Amino acid sequence: MRRMSFGQATVDATRFAMREDDRVVVLGEDISWGGNFGQFRGLVDEFGHDRVIDMPISEAIIMAVGVGAAVTGLRPVASMSFVEFTLGAMDEIVNQAAKFRYMFGGQVSVPLVLRASDGVLRSSAGQHSSSLEGLFTHLPGLKVVAPSNPADAKGLLRAAIADDDPVVYLENKRITAKRGPVPVGDHVVPLGSAAVRRRGTDLTIVTYSVMALHAEKACSELTGMGIEAELIDLRSLVPLDLDTVLSSVARTGRVVVAHEAWEFGGFGAELVAAITVEVFDRLRAAPVRVGAAQAPIPFSPPLEGAVVPGADEIVAAAREVMGLI
Amino acid sequence: MSLTETMSPGLALSIHRTMVRIRVFESRVEQLFKAGELPGFVHTYIGQEAIAAGVCSALNRDDYITSTHRGHGHAIAKGMELGPIMAELYGKETGACRGRGGSMHVADFSVGMLGANGIVAGGLGIAAGAALSARYRGTRQVAVGFFGDGGINKGTFHEALNFAATHRLGVVFVCENNQYAQFTSRLRTTAVEDLSVRASAYGIPGVTVDGNDPSATYHEALEAVARAREGGGPTLLNMETYRFGGHYVGDAEVYRESAEVEARRWADPIVRWERTLTDEGLMKDGPREAVWAEAAEEVSAAVRFAETSPYPEGGTALEDVFTGATAVPATGRA
Repeated sequence: MRRMSFGQATVDATRFAMREDDRVVVLGEDISWGGNFGQFRGLVDEFGHDRVIDMPISEAIIMAVGVGAAVTGLRPVASMSFVEFTLGAMDEIVNQAAKFRYMFGGQVSVPLVLRASDGVLRSSAGQHSSSLEGLFTHLPGLKVVAPSNPADAKGLLRAAIADDDPVVYLENKRITAKRGPVPVGDHVVPLGSAAVRRRGTDLTIVTYSVMALHAEKACSELTGMGIEAELIDLRSLVPLDLDTVLSSVARTGRVVVAHEAWEFGGFGAELVAAITVEVFDRLRAAPVRVGAAQAPIPFSPPLEGAVVPGADEIVAAAREVMGLI
Repeated sequence: MSLTETMSPGLALSIHRTMVRIRVFESRVEQLFKAGELPGFVHTYIGQEAIAAGVCSALNRDDYITSTHRGHGHAIAKGMELGPIMAELYGKETGACRGRGGSMHVADFSVGMLGANGIVAGGLGIAAGAALSARYRGTRQVAVGFFGDGGINKGTFHEALNFAATHRLGVVFVCENNQYAQFTSRLRTTAVEDLSVRASAYGIPGVTVDGNDPSATYHEALEAVARAREGGGPTLLNMETYRFGGHYVGDAEVYRESAEVEARRWADPIVRWERTLTDEGLMKDGPREAVWAEAAEEVSAAVRFAETSPYPEGGTALEDVFTGATAVPATGRA
């Protein structure tokens, strides 16, 4: 193990993939400079501009070139910088990358990774603070991962690049600089495997990305109140390790689902629906969701705090599901 | 200059045959659609055959094309068999895309046909990506992105030209200017009269071509393809043509007078080409009729193949959403 930041861990993973397979290329805005959060730092020095390709601020073309290269023999990793910028490439993501394999009768795969930074960081305001995983998970043909720590960041990116299908790799801005232990050498976390971060018997907290860190803090506070929560970090939303979730909820009978994205119509709604349908008779209380309030993310710090959930909201939700509020 | 000085008789006749095959195929598709035999919608290529036939004659089998919603002609010209195309239009399991795609998504990657595309100008960036990939792999393959006078006003057209020009990629952007973007004349939507001038914004050659003359479409494509293959970068070819049919089969065409369409019949690319071949002494009545008869027979065989093929089983509807058997839908209900 070596301590490094989430961002450095993704550089590590990309370097491994590029050394192993010369079909892997990375493309995006500001890529040879290193990326907004250093997620590509140093790659151009080792692999050159033919494999680390600076793209114009033309989101549609970044994705379209990625698709065209992916279906003709390469394995592109396309950086879309902030997740909001993917909206300028929605046709290429939704109508091209996600549908090519199916629409063309399985004659081609689209081994393409779309990387995007999401989430709230220091008053980035409405157009640089969103969490849009719900848009992507809704679409057949896309896989979606959202790691919460440097080790998973490395392992999931390795798996995403090795995967034959388009994978949306979401890296939360607030945790990109956070450091943690990362396995030295190659490290793969298979897509579709959740991690149980903490065992508990009173309730299950299901979450991912930055909210998994808030949930760790919430769990400590809950322990102080005599409540032991089981904490599941999904890591991968599609494919989804629903078995791990269901078996935990079947034991605890209580569940809080938490994400930084908007609660209304969010991925948490799909989780709660699946849990309710599959283990309804094991539930001892109605599931509770934690997510952002239904407003664009505001700029002013007190307003931002009012819209975006954190550890306090998870604690409150846990107490609610325990019948303490 | 006589035709044979610039084009071999064999190629001239081969282009004729391709055009006729497309015309007969599309005419049959119109009939079948009107008879209720085909689900969905179909957009036919009638009147534009000289472009697909001429351009694809300048390509190698392993070169790439990306196509449009009006893609049957490109698919045929790039070398797809008629049977799997027709079966795809019927939604049959034996279709080129196993009935998953239909008319607007006909594709055959084994002949470099990277897909008809229902999104206007959706294929241009994909063509650029294929060209980037070819350069990286060192294969010298060229990519052609077909689009229309509607697509030229999409942001993706500009993004693709800028990117391809910046990297001097081996792409040829072929605008099939058939005068109508869906139901609206391009004169009502586009500021420039000569669409090829758009190339100048990206520092690449732009040429306006008589798109109903196979000699012109072939030779301009040949020059652009050679430049692309040699690392000289992309070209924009504005090929002027006319859409004899509506936007789709069944379109009432209230936006234009039938007299306008009839006034264009003189420029029918097949009529013109046959006249040229006859004048040049390359074709006589008998062989010309044989080409049409052979095409009719081939299309009939394709229809029989499609009609006698099975529909896909409903139980296979979730196949190929992802690659391999391990992938599962989000809820785990495979």
